[in-house]
Amino acid sequence: MKVESKDKKNLAITACLLAGRLLIENGSNMERVNDTMRRMALSAQLQNFEAFTTMTAIVASAEHLPNAQVIDIHQRKLNLNKVAAVNSLSRQFAAREIDVETLYAKLQKVDQQPQQTSDFVQCVAAGVLSWALTIVYTGNVHDSLFAAVIALVSYQVYLTLGKHSKARFVNEFCASLVIALLTVGFVRLHWANDVNDIIIGCVMPLVPGVPLTNAARDLMSGDLISGTSRAVEATLTAIAIGCAIVFVLRYV
Amino acid sequence: MENFWVRLIFEFVLADLSTICFGILLNIPRRAYHYAGAIGGASWAFYWAVYYQLHLGLALSNLLAAIMIGVLSMAAARWQKMPMIIFNVPALVPLVPGGQAYKMVRSFVLGSNGTALVYLYQVLVIAGAITLGFGLGDLINRLLFSEHHLRNR
Repeated sequence: MKVESKDKKNLAITACLLAGRLLIENGSNMERVNDTMRRMALSAQLQNFEAFTTMTAIVASAEHLPNAQVIDIHQRKLNLNKVAAVNSLSRQFAAREIDVETLYAKLQKVDQQPQQTSDFVQCVAAGVLSWALTIVYTGNVHDSLFAAVIALVSYQVYLTLGKHSKARFVNEFCASLVIALLTVGFVRLHWANDVNDIIIGCVMPLVPGVPLTNAARDLMSGDLISGTSRAVEATLTAIAIGCAIVFVLRYV
Repeated sequence: MENFWVRLIFEFVLADLSTICFGILLNIPRRAYHYAGAIGGASWAFYWAVYYQLHLGLALSNLLAAIMIGVLSMAAARWQKMPMIIFNVPALVPLVPGGQAYKMVRSFVLGSNGTALVYLYQVLVIAGAITLGFGLGDLINRLLFSEHHLRNR
């Protein structure tokens, strides 16, 4: 085997791993991760490609090369835009529109890509989300305006804490604490009427929708390890939110 | 009857709006906003009609709405050549049993265990129905679209 082609094959495996890491980090389901990696390997003409994917690391090898490659995954950011970007790159690569070097360079660029919307827009979106869902669930138009304001503030808290603290579930806990305290405060001031209506609407932006959906899909497609770990992640997030609200309702 | 259609459109618009907002929180690509919003709005309006007007029960209503989300998301994913997850996760938001889960926790803390168990049952039924609905939606997709098309999702 020539050295040059061996380098190219190693690069192809590295590109597969990077694509897999980007997909898992940003909230793709396991079936898609495995499928994309296998398809990329096929397009790069790697023989005997094998990959072991979990939520925290990927191990992959091909061509019976002596060393398998590993990539470590230690954060989850839920940026579905990157999933779409990796998907379209994989599609271009399969159609032979780009070669391995370009693919790897573009994947690295996707990895560095900043968020497409600013924090402020996200907070406003969280406010509008809570406003709409409070009306949908309860029909309480007057309180929905307070729900919007509280959700906006709490989502800002959630984002800020997420940037400064490495601990998981703490930012959800603190944001829910803010929701509950502000809601009880507004009701005590007789500005708003119903604590339950506001809280139901306000916690919706914090609901772990992606882990929940992925847990269900992974379990359905037989990826039991990632399915259960995602279910645990979703449950812990829900418990963090619930604990904070209960804490305020019980003691304030 | 006229009131029904006005309400239906009202529910559609609000669910559409909330789906788009959740899409913004999850950073879905900009050109997917409208499709995800339409899917979320349509499935919630469907759920609303089936559950609140036809009274078909919690489990069946959620099951049908989840199947609808699955099939519509796959159609949008194939049409727009984007991953399915971009459409089905935001569209699911109105159906998530957040209200029931909250009431369950609240009842447990305030000591009314009987009420809490009723809500726990509702949460489990909804979660199970949605999971099963996604599975069935997947099955329908596989029957509707051939393997060749599924490869391009």
